[in-house]
Amino acid sequence: MGFLDKHQILERSPTLLLVATFAVVSVGGIVEIAPLFYLENTIEKVEGMRPYSPLELTGRDIYVREGCYTCHSQMIRPMRDEVERYGHYSLAAESMYDHPFQWGSKRTGPDVARVGGRYSDAWHVDHLNDPQSVVPESIMPKYAFLGRTPIDGEFVQDLLETHRIVGVPYTDEMIANAQADFIVQADPDGDWDAMVERYPKAVVSNFDSAPGVTEMDALVAYLQMLGTLVDFSTFTPDESR
Amino acid sequence: MTKHETDEATGVDTTGHEWDGIKELNNPLPRWWLWCLYLTIIWGIGYMIAYPAWPMISGATKGVLGYSTRGEVAAEISRFEQQNADLRESLTQVDLSLLKDDPDLQRFAYANGAAVFRTNCSQCHGSGAAGGLGYPNLLDDDWLWGGAIQDIAYSIDHGIRNETDADAHWSQMPAYGEVLSSDEIDSAVQYVLQLSGGEFDVEMASAGAVIFEEQCSACHGADGKGSRDVGAPNLTDAIWLYGSDTAALTETVTNARFGVMPAWGQRLTRSDINAVAAYVHGLGGGE
Repeated sequence: MGFLDKHQILERSPTLLLVATFAVVSVGGIVEIAPLFYLENTIEKVEGMRPYSPLELTGRDIYVREGCYTCHSQMIRPMRDEVERYGHYSLAAESMYDHPFQWGSKRTGPDVARVGGRYSDAWHVDHLNDPQSVVPESIMPKYAFLGRTPIDGEFVQDLLETHRIVGVPYTDEMIANAQADFIVQADPDGDWDAMVERYPKAVVSNFDSAPGVTEMDALVAYLQMLGTLVDFSTFTPDESR
Repeated sequence: MTKHETDEATGVDTTGHEWDGIKELNNPLPRWWLWCLYLTIIWGIGYMIAYPAWPMISGATKGVLGYSTRGEVAAEISRFEQQNADLRESLTQVDLSLLKDDPDLQRFAYANGAAVFRTNCSQCHGSGAAGGLGYPNLLDDDWLWGGAIQDIAYSIDHGIRNETDADAHWSQMPAYGEVLSSDEIDSAVQYVLQLSGGEFDVEMASAGAVIFEEQCSACHGADGKGSRDVGAPNLTDAIWLYGSDTAALTETVTNARFGVMPAWGQRLTRSDINAVAAYVHGLGGGE
């Protein structure tokens, strides 16, 4: 038992014990965390993913501000029941421009990772104004004040710049046109061709059917985009995951 | 330095710690505990060999079992699909008007359709299919676009007033606020109330009858019974999508209200569409 008695050397020197403990714990970090930064298959290559448009990004901020993530997840797990209910399981690439990601950890309400395009704009507005009017059994609070809160995108350029600092590839052109893009996405009669060229698949609509841009427009624009960007016709799942 | 000594009674070394005269024996860990520890280490090594584990340069070790979460979910989905493959195939091919002659297939269609309905339709039409303000009730026998099972399947497949399917049902009532004066709208509303058997102002209604004849009868019919060819609602029944009081009717006539339904053909399979059409048809109002 000579070898097994050697632990006394560690146990009797607090400094040595601290150093050894740290060494053991770092193995966990090196093996589990560090590879995510260099492994090529951490974020698989997909087509269609793009940074969020200024209006969508603002809607995302409202989503975070109102704490939607405390009841709604944005993470369809690779399990049959979830795939059949919500659609294709979520890919890491789909949250790569999220800072922070909105996977959530609790589903009091349903997952919203692929809610985009599933309902009409009018449904979303009805539902946010008074959830029980369309889903009587719902326990979601009312968010009618969103439609009464106009926003003008005054600081949306700064918001895009901040996201660029943390790695979202916003181009100079996107940042220069941020406020104009913000306003035109909620105005189907406007000149939105350039905006849709910068942000492919962006839904242009007067989301809340009322003049001007409100927080309701921004949030619905964000919800209508969720899960619609990746082109799954060109996606082959990497079986090693 | 702590002082080590051997305890006389047990013959075991002490740790050298002493509290109020009580000394701690330095006994080894129990054997059963140690063996459990060694077993978990051995099990861990086996796990690393069997399953994906160690990160390498461009991926992780794959493990000898070849396990993959994504492979597993794909296999499970295809297992269930194959289990029902025959029924799904029959349901894809079936002539819906003859579905009632095949009780097994009909049973499958109802069960499958109920699941499709809960997932995709209940958010607007309600989990009990009773609809809501602005969202049609599917339990009654009032159908804007036809209540035969094939008509229901068509509406689900192509949707209503969406911009993604060229074959979607499409009708749009004009916003009469831009055409008629508010007095004329008020009169027309009184006439509609008369048609539907509500309380109405006789004088205004008789003026409204003329306006109705000129402006509304082309779609809603001279008798106000509507037309499924253009999706114009029957105004003589007691079923109202946006409310039947004077204020709601005035709002509808002034600004024209209409709903949008997605083209589910772009999201669901043919067999799912047939299943949910059979389910909705069987809810009570099917023709």
